[in-house]
Amino acid sequence: MTPEALLGGFTDAPRQSARAFRAALEAMSRPGTLWPLEGAAPPAPLSVAAGVLILTLCDGTTPLHLGGSYDLQVVRDWVTFHTGAPLVSAEEAHFALGTWADLMPVDRFAIGLPDYPDRAATLIVEMPSLSAQGPRLTGPGIAVVAHLNLPETAAFRANRALFPQGFDTYLTSGAHVAGLPRSTIVEAV
Amino acid sequence: MNALSIDTAARKAWMGLLARTAPARLAELMPDLPDHTVLRGPEVGAVMVCGRVGGTGQPFNLGEMTVTRCSVRLTSGAVGHAHVQGRDKAHALRAAVLDALLQTDDAATLEARILTPLRTAETAARSLRATKAAATKVEFFTLVRGEDK
Amino acid sequence: MYVAVKGGEKAIDAAHAWLAEERRGDTSVAELSVAQIRQQLALAVNRVMAEGSLYDPDLAALAIKQARGDLIEAIFLIRAYRTTLPRLGASTPLETAQMAITRRISATFKDLPGGQILGPTFDYTHRLLDFKLAAEGGVPPAPTAPASLDAVPHVTSLLNRDGLIQTEAEGNATPPDLTREPMEIPTTRPLRLQAITRGDEGFILSMAYSTQRGYGRTHAFVGELRIGTVAVEMEIPELGFSVEIGEVELTECETVNQFKGSKTEPPQFTRGYGLVFGQTERKAIAMSLVDRALRWKELGEDNTGAPAQDEEFVLMHADNIQATGFLEHIKLPHYVDFQAELELVRKLRREALAHGEAAE
Repeated sequence: MTPEALLGGFTDAPRQSARAFRAALEAMSRPGTLWPLEGAAPPAPLSVAAGVLILTLCDGTTPLHLGGSYDLQVVRDWVTFHTGAPLVSAEEAHFALGTWADLMPVDRFAIGLPDYPDRAATLIVEMPSLSAQGPRLTGPGIAVVAHLNLPETAAFRANRALFPQGFDTYLTSGAHVAGLPRSTIVEAV
Repeated sequence: MNALSIDTAARKAWMGLLARTAPARLAELMPDLPDHTVLRGPEVGAVMVCGRVGGTGQPFNLGEMTVTRCSVRLTSGAVGHAHVQGRDKAHALRAAVLDALLQTDDAATLEARILTPLRTAETAARSLRATKAAATKVEFFTLVRGEDK
Repeated sequence: MYVAVKGGEKAIDAAHAWLAEERRGDTSVAELSVAQIRQQLALAVNRVMAEGSLYDPDLAALAIKQARGDLIEAIFLIRAYRTTLPRLGASTPLETAQMAITRRISATFKDLPGGQILGPTFDYTHRLLDFKLAAEGGVPPAPTAPASLDAVPHVTSLLNRDGLIQTEAEGNATPPDLTREPMEIPTTRPLRLQAITRGDEGFILSMAYSTQRGYGRTHAFVGELRIGTVAVEMEIPELGFSVEIGEVELTECETVNQFKGSKTEPPQFTRGYGLVFGQTERKAIAMSLVDRALRWKELGEDNTGAPAQDEEFVLMHADNIQATGFLEHIKLPHYVDFQAELELVRKLRREALAHGEAAE
């Protein structure tokens, strides 16, 4: 196992993961708002926020897909050592990590079943930056309207059309996360 | 990352021995720990224990057991890991530090001072149980049956 | 319909305080320690571990103390605790052939290799109360005899040589886990065994007994019953190899069952299997009988309609925590729905009376 893979986990897992889980819940409940995520030092190219999300959400029972530019030995080892999550293809994944380009085409990911819409994938999309600008977001958890610099709109509109099925998305950059659940209506501006 | 000279079989053996050892006994033999950085844990969790159908067939889940795991790095750079039965975090930490130390030049000293007494005690306890079991072994005496004349 | 009601907090606090006092009992009597329970009520500890589905004798002993000896309540405490633990992984399948034996008997072979070892059994006691135990006193050490530490083979492997017993299909597929995915009927044998090994001892015993009395008879003999400790090994990804992480005490039972053959199978002996945490031999034998009864479909046997052949009936009612949860909830407040029923019965009575008067 690569030596760097053993570093950068939580130092106080119960508290850090509880705080991070709260931030992840808030982000998904209030689409388009930015929430800080800190406490991990994952190997490059992972952002701190993506690393914290993986430490918080993944374990041996949540298969993870690493998108192209993230499918590196050091990342594989880091995920395995700190979470035990099995690394799988896009189709089998409960979680997926990568840039938007890495994760394309997104119709490979699980959208759940009509009886079990919860059996859908959650994408963790690494972004160069995150800001409250760009496409217009409306729907549950948004008082009037929100904006977020999504990588595109068409894929998220197609995903919304599958509701109650569809994948959910976290967008991460540096030490911040924003959530975009399948229920959000996305419009280009 | 582990020096290739370290024999996997030997490492497996000492990791198993440290996992089975009573935490108090290990603490007695190794009261002080050298400087180290904790890489993961010590963390209490559960491991699902699997059996096999009929003892030889398909695996099935029998139930879980409590396990505490820990990984450390010494100032020398040696990395040690431990998975030990039960919920004793000090036990897991001590076993991980020892696993790292046993990969260094201190191995021979520690082998004599810690592993040998643990191994001797374990063998003695196992033998005692086996001898008590042997005392309950049935010796059949075939009785004379009607047709045996 | 459920309606939230508030109130009773003071009464609940007082009830808990009294419960704690009653648990302790008369303070002029020495308090029981967890270590004492673990050492001296080991079979109760074993049952709590087996049905709590968590091997940790100290925790099981603590649960028994907290539950005042109510084992199902103790099992409930263990089940609740285990949900708080992160799952670190799964062991490699146990090698029960390598068991360090404390007891090993066969009802089918008198002179089996390795011998019949009685171990610490109640079997040949006279079931007479021993009043010496009422007085405290030392116990003389048990006798010893020269022993070998070599593993002894499974009895069924001896029958296997002649092809006289059905062999188990080998495999290494990840088994289904009913603690992660809800059980769906029909099930597979690995899932059934998981459900039975954590099932209620009394229920499994009664199901097994029903097969012996003729409800799905399978003519079982104990081919082998063995009790002892087995090492638990797990693959450690950061090491790249598996290591021993501890050892568990287990009871394993294999029954040998007469089988006349079916359309697909020649006449041979078939097997039922029981494997349970701890020294739990009644449960392990009962498990192997119930396992065998549930195999009627794969062996091409007739469904006689016996309860023990009905996997839905057996598996959905084997869990004592599910059972007691549903059973005991009916004592909790149902004031509003009972009011509705009361109204309904009064209305029906009024109508019945009016109808009767009209008829006269």
